[in-house]
Amino acid sequence: MTNNQTNTKAVVVKDLVKKFGDFVANDHLSFAVDKGEIFGFLGANGAGKTTAIKILCGLSHPTSGDVKIAGYDIYKQRDLIKKNIGYMSQKFSLYDDLSIAENIRFYGGIYGLSRKKIKEKTEEYIEKLGLQAYTKSMVKELPLGFKQKLAFSVAIVHDPPIVFLDEPTGGVDPITRRQFWELIYKEAANGKTIFVTTHYMDEAEYCDRVSIMVDGRIEALDEPKKLKETYGAQSMEEVFIQLARG
Amino acid sequence: MRIFIIKEFLQIFRDKRSLIILFGIPIVQVLLFGFALKNEIQDIPIAILDKSKDVYSQQLINKIISSDYFVLEEDLQEEKAIEEAFRKGKIKQLIIIENDFSEKLEKKNRAVVQLILDASNPNTASMINSYTSAILRDFEHEINPIPTRVPMVIPETQMRYNPELRSVFMFVPGVITIILMLVSAMMTSISIAREKELGTMEVLLVSPVKPIQIIVGKVLPYVLLSFSSAVIILIMAYTAFQMPMVGNLVLLLAESLLFIVMALALGIFISTVANSQQTAMLLSMFALLLPSILLTGFIFPIKNMPEILQYVSQLMPPKWFVIIIKNIMIKGNGIESIWKETLIILGFTVFFIGLSVKKFKTRLE
Amino acid sequence: MIQIQNVHKSFGNIQALKGISLEIAEGELFGFIGPDGAGKTTLFRVLVSLLVPDEGKATVMDLDVVNDYKKLRTQLGYMPGRFSLYQDLTVEENLNFFAGIFKTTLKENYELIKPIYQQIEPFKKRRAGALSGGMKQKLALSCALIHKPKVLFLDEPTTGVDAVSRKEFWEMLQSLKKQGITIVVSTPYMEEAALCDRIALIQKGELLDIDKPQNIINRYSHFLYGIKAERMYDLVKILRENTHCNSAYLFGEYVHFSSNTELDMDKLKAELISTGMENVEVISLQANIEDSFMDLMAKTNNQA
Repeated sequence: MTNNQTNTKAVVVKDLVKKFGDFVANDHLSFAVDKGEIFGFLGANGAGKTTAIKILCGLSHPTSGDVKIAGYDIYKQRDLIKKNIGYMSQKFSLYDDLSIAENIRFYGGIYGLSRKKIKEKTEEYIEKLGLQAYTKSMVKELPLGFKQKLAFSVAIVHDPPIVFLDEPTGGVDPITRRQFWELIYKEAANGKTIFVTTHYMDEAEYCDRVSIMVDGRIEALDEPKKLKETYGAQSMEEVFIQLARG
Repeated sequence: MRIFIIKEFLQIFRDKRSLIILFGIPIVQVLLFGFALKNEIQDIPIAILDKSKDVYSQQLINKIISSDYFVLEEDLQEEKAIEEAFRKGKIKQLIIIENDFSEKLEKKNRAVVQLILDASNPNTASMINSYTSAILRDFEHEINPIPTRVPMVIPETQMRYNPELRSVFMFVPGVITIILMLVSAMMTSISIAREKELGTMEVLLVSPVKPIQIIVGKVLPYVLLSFSSAVIILIMAYTAFQMPMVGNLVLLLAESLLFIVMALALGIFISTVANSQQTAMLLSMFALLLPSILLTGFIFPIKNMPEILQYVSQLMPPKWFVIIIKNIMIKGNGIESIWKETLIILGFTVFFIGLSVKKFKTRLE
Repeated sequence: MIQIQNVHKSFGNIQALKGISLEIAEGELFGFIGPDGAGKTTLFRVLVSLLVPDEGKATVMDLDVVNDYKKLRTQLGYMPGRFSLYQDLTVEENLNFFAGIFKTTLKENYELIKPIYQQIEPFKKRRAGALSGGMKQKLALSCALIHKPKVLFLDEPTTGVDAVSRKEFWEMLQSLKKQGITIVVSTPYMEEAALCDRIALIQKGELLDIDKPQNIINRYSHFLYGIKAERMYDLVKILRENTHCNSAYLFGEYVHFSSNTELDMDKLKAELISTGMENVEVISLQANIEDSFMDLMAKTNNQA
């Protein structure tokens, strides 16, 4: 791994192995994600996606292998990694019984943002997401779509260069889902790296590159277009089913 | 119904946490309390005032002194010395053998031994008392191998400094009460709440099973387990630490069973209010466990509490159960002296069962 | 088979169902399609007698869901949203338990669940909690089927399950349907709509449309184009500015651009290139369910 490479790569994974007892959840994963890329991380249930994401976010240690996130080493610089990533999952969300501003203040506070900055962010988000009507409401009163978009914004309140999104759009209506992806595109255009998992195969098409995991290994990794060519498939869904059914 | 009970047992035995709560905690508690007390009962300094100085009285004194428990600190000659002996603060017990001990035993088959105890440490005092009583019974058996219906050597116990043993921390009644409360109420409420949380309750409700079947199926395994847990505590206390068991065992077990049913009904009631395991757990802890430790006279004497708490303690079912067990185990009383307390617990039982049947929903709202 | 008339249901201030009416015929595979919070789960709970509607009436197999709930409960199969299994019991124990509460046995109805159960039978000694999402789903379906219900309610059986397991699951439903079981299913995945006989599109407690999937698609009234270019995000923004634009949404590798008038595709392409877009591709498209859903959704939103 040269210095040159780490400068242009947001995520570099080399021979990552994670075992639970005899079970190999991640079997020698190697891949790299460019800065500003939207990287789709797909796989069947139990293929090892969640395990890998936990390692990349610094929540769990790999059994062996090298991982660098935003140029920081996963073993030695976990604290720095945590400052440089945003994370949002379907389950993790906002505090239901706090208002929008209180949620932003809390997460901003966690990342040590100044009071002024938090205030700016709060105004910016309310404006950007069209939440003016809800400034006094508790988050639980927001429609799901707004909640999801707010959760994403809160996840990047500290302006991290890399964002991990774990099934961010599960169960969301089709219009909101697309608005959500427009948000993702916007952040990617601003230079953020987006690392995303999803069960919606049409969303795989929105990614710059996609990896597909089967039984702990990455079976395919390429641009959606090239994957479809390689596997002679009409859609990403076909590619996925061909691979996952083996 | 059978299928419910099988399922429940499978789940209980697979959940190590609940097994520990069921059996581990009671055993550890009994051992801790037991050893802490047992270590104190060794070479206890006593004084003896033998008023008759005859064959039997000497035989009895020898028997007492030769046991490991007691050391003869002072051999008193006259009653005037009693106060002085206690004032020195060394002796824990004074044994007074009345006049004409042998003669009374032979002619009337009846003689009195007075036991005066320093009850400033009530735990030790009651342990000493029970050991001494045991020695007296032994002695009685020696001089008259054919057991009589009426006891011959009558111990008359007198507690000094704390005559009513007000804060007696009789650990067995306390531990039994708490364990039964904990296991019965908390475990059932958690296991019902768990079904709600995982959504299996939804499936059960939609099936033809009747609510009463769900409840009984849930409760029966816990009745059995709590009951066996209680029996284990009793056996341990009795065999390993020679706790007194003066009263009727059947009565004690029957009362325990009643209390278990009461606690289970309470547990079901909690689960109708709580929708998650966590809430069920917290509710049981704060609504049941803490009050049953603090407000039942188990640790702090009720009489010393502020008046308002004394009234609150009336509403604590465990309080009444502690009274019942103490009466049976230590005083050896029968149902005639505890029928009032029994009725109160019965009342609680009916109340909670009624409440939970009424609150148990056949639907989700 | 199932009749729903003007069913309302509120929780506090939130109106979960705002007057739902529809009928489902015997032997139908009927789908409720809509996002989370649309009211699917509430409606299912009303139909399986777990909730009492505030207003309106519903019958399943001519049994009223409120008054005849005891009888109804013996005859329906229900699989709630989260796979309701005992995580600490094995596959086999779960099945035996659910068979037991319906007073039947695994042996008795083995034939019915065989095609599904066979796939998880090798793991029958494994605890349900240790199964993968797809296997849990199969076990939950087996449990819901064990008493041979005449009608089966499956609330979001494919949520959070990967594309492969989802496909297999729908194949199973097709074969159950052949055995004459009426199946009512809900899903947030639009593409699954095509697999149902009839569907109801549901959003915010209201039905947007009920019909055969193809009929709903045929009613789509706009001209639809798929457009692709290098910078998709910018492309969407530019298209929204277009005077002919009815809607422009990301849609897989294309942007779906709908217009009220028929457009000259070459002209559109030239226009886009002139704004600086590269590698522009424009094709004409048939709408799919998701296009219809978004269109109906936008229309109701505008009315409101």
